[in-house]
Amino acid sequence: MSTTRERVATAAVPPVTAERRLWPFPRPRRNLVLYLIAGAVAVGLLGPEVFLVLQANGVGWAELHRVLFRPLTVELLTNTVELAVGVTILTAIIGTATAWCVERTALPLKRMWAVLVVLPVSIPDFVVGYAWHSLFPNFIGLHAAAVVMTLDLYPLVYLPVAAALRRTDPALEESAHALGLGKWATFRRVILPQIRPAVLGGSLVVILALLAEFGAFEILNFRTFTTEIFTELQVDTSAASALSLLLVLMGIVVLIGEGFSSGRGRVSRGGPQASRPPVRRRLGLWLGPTLLGLTAVVILAVGVPIGTLVYWLTHSQHTTLPASTTLLSATLATARYSVFAAALGTIAATPVALLAAQRRGRIAKIVERSTYLIQSVPGVVIALSLVFFAVRYVFPIYQTSVLMVIAYALLFFPLALVCVRASAVQASPRLAEMGRSLGYRPLQVFFRVTLPIISPGIGAAFCLVFLSSVTELTATLVLVPTGVHTLATQFWAYQTNTAYGAAAPYAAVIVAIAAIPSVVLGAWFSRRQGDNPVVVGS
Amino acid sequence: MRPMVARARSGRAVGAVSAAIAAAVVLAGCGSGTSTSTAGPSSPAPVAGSIKGQTITLYNGQHEQTTDALVKAFEKQTGAIIKVRSDDEDVLAQQIEQEAGNSPADAFFTENTPPLARLDEKGLLATVNPSTLSSVPSQDSASDHNWVGVSARVSMLVYNTDDLKQSDLPTSIMGLADPKWKGKLDIAPSETDFQPIVTSLAASIGDAATVKWLQAIKANAGSHQDPDNETLVANVNKGTTQLGVINHYYWYRLKDENGASGMHSALQTFAPHDDGYLLDVSGAGVLKSSKHQQAAQELLNFLVSNAGQKVLVAGDSWEYPIGSGVTNPTLPAFSSLQPKAFDLTQIGDGAKAVQLLQQAGLD
Repeated sequence: MSTTRERVATAAVPPVTAERRLWPFPRPRRNLVLYLIAGAVAVGLLGPEVFLVLQANGVGWAELHRVLFRPLTVELLTNTVELAVGVTILTAIIGTATAWCVERTALPLKRMWAVLVVLPVSIPDFVVGYAWHSLFPNFIGLHAAAVVMTLDLYPLVYLPVAAALRRTDPALEESAHALGLGKWATFRRVILPQIRPAVLGGSLVVILALLAEFGAFEILNFRTFTTEIFTELQVDTSAASALSLLLVLMGIVVLIGEGFSSGRGRVSRGGPQASRPPVRRRLGLWLGPTLLGLTAVVILAVGVPIGTLVYWLTHSQHTTLPASTTLLSATLATARYSVFAAALGTIAATPVALLAAQRRGRIAKIVERSTYLIQSVPGVVIALSLVFFAVRYVFPIYQTSVLMVIAYALLFFPLALVCVRASAVQASPRLAEMGRSLGYRPLQVFFRVTLPIISPGIGAAFCLVFLSSVTELTATLVLVPTGVHTLATQFWAYQTNTAYGAAAPYAAVIVAIAAIPSVVLGAWFSRRQGDNPVVVGS
Repeated sequence: MRPMVARARSGRAVGAVSAAIAAAVVLAGCGSGTSTSTAGPSSPAPVAGSIKGQTITLYNGQHEQTTDALVKAFEKQTGAIIKVRSDDEDVLAQQIEQEAGNSPADAFFTENTPPLARLDEKGLLATVNPSTLSSVPSQDSASDHNWVGVSARVSMLVYNTDDLKQSDLPTSIMGLADPKWKGKLDIAPSETDFQPIVTSLAASIGDAATVKWLQAIKANAGSHQDPDNETLVANVNKGTTQLGVINHYYWYRLKDENGASGMHSALQTFAPHDDGYLLDVSGAGVLKSSKHQQAAQELLNFLVSNAGQKVLVAGDSWEYPIGSGVTNPTLPAFSSLQPKAFDLTQIGDGAKAVQLLQQAGLD
């Protein structure tokens, strides 16, 4: 237990290594336990990469030469890099701007917007791709891919940034204001540093998701490494694995780059007990343009795919396909897997996020960074790696719901991590120390101090993993228990037969149940912030 | 996808093949789709009783409506229960490879032969019972007897009848490279159905010329590259594009869905024995690792039996039956078709076609 004097000293000294702790457990063991847990999670997440190395090992030099050293590789590389740069910038801007509008301005109908801007995440990529392609058949290639993916992925930036904006300490902005900083300077010097981990984390996930994207690109006729991997899978596993490793390599480059740019600054607030909602700004003359911008984003990202679904629903055709399941049982299967996956993914991400938030040393950093890599591997490859490991080591869970849930949790782990981490870096580690010094046991501190601080991140993480699991297709087809049909697999069965009328209800339910968590979350935050003070002057 | 078959009497096969066909036809004519060890009746009478109540797993890369009808009929006839797992056939082949001798699958049913050829190369398939193999022409099954052909379909032109007359159409697949089809041609090059055409062309005009041809049709298609044949045929029918190459059954299925009044397109074969006039075979195999060999073999036997082939005809599959002498009276007579003589083994696992497509920037 600390003495009063120590606590005062602690409070006065800028955060040094010893203070950067949210993890409440006693120091020596605490470190060890946290490292062990996070390390174990990281090792599990590296499974697919291990699989790829094992597979690519068997590839001959001639084959590797054929796959890697051809003009196409340059085209793929160019495509992939151009797309990644463009989409990352666009999603960062749109995601941050929408989060700012929804969280920090006196926007009319705030709750509605909070739900609408997140909705694109709940629409499967293959639906978005198809909707655009059927409306504008000539809309293909780089620009189409960039637009469609931006509209599909910007919520991955929006969610962590919105969570971060909710937790920013208004006192800092007030001080900045009092010290004479203008609005823009306040944003740049006070707010931006606070949401920076969220923006960077979100962008990171966007880039990695782009690397692994398949469904939309296939429809939009845009070739990337991932579409090429699917082609190679038809003929040669080793070659496909070699190409996948190239994706992993690109993922590592991105991670290193992000590591440099994220810097060392940390930001924290007083703590949950001192929580005060951040102020909202009046929009004034900006109201019109803001509403126009939000409406445009929502129409393009939500209106186009939903409109297409409605068209299918109302123009349903006869299909020759058998009804192998009912809408209800497919819904239940999807909901069950996704809820468990969201819980598992979030629980697994929490220790890694706390470790990352402490930022102590290289090992912690490597552990955290390595867990993002899985996002750069295409879903079908991850699924095949799970087939490989499950069949050899845990056969009883192969093709059971257990493996399906684990697969989703692995696939979307980075999304959970980004969300939890964004909240964790904002919380002052001293609070956990104080809790300890007040005589609480570590577990009590964890539940009473740490958890409430990171709860917005945990909520967002749960929500995001849930949404993503509901819309996942390629890994589901490989791992779902034989005989079980989920909404996505059933949609696929109809859609691949162009029975869009029959497919539409499944897509509609996917969107509907994926939207539930965002609605609940949006409403919950709105309630807590219902009485945000509004500052005069925009 | 890839199965093409030597329909014409190509050298080596002749004698044995014709004998086998004759035998198969005679047997089928007598209404005997035999099962492995016992005399399996083609009528719905229960088979030997031994597999009744057994549950087996079928990995299915065939169209679900086709498989569903066949599976239901088999369950009814034998009392066995079949769990079906459907996915893209290439992914399923991958999955079986990764399951490495521990696959929950007992049998594998595909739309095309390359996934089967691929598993066969890895030694994962068991030999098909001779009585099953004898129900179909031997050139439609694996030469090493490790998978059996079940049904067939033909690649041909589909064209929009409002935009084009039959006389406008090219008589050879080579004609699609003509610049006059720029913006009018629709292609789905990533579909496995397209690969046999590539392999066939390469065999007759060489790799370099094939890549050139592919680049020409890529240029003609422009933005009209579809992810699947269903989209292709629907686009031609709507008039978004004017013509394309498909396997015949996609057009019949669209007709099922749209009704005859909703059809603004028609099918047209290429000139006899053209490089684009090919027969594609759908096949099935039994996994060597299956613990239900008898039931799985009986399923295969059923697929090519008189009863199974009649299910194909009665359902929405629109594939040509090739076993037990069953014919589909609503399709142009199978015997009237004049596809190119092309050996299934030339298609193999499809790797060659994929490489050429990659070189042309199409796959």
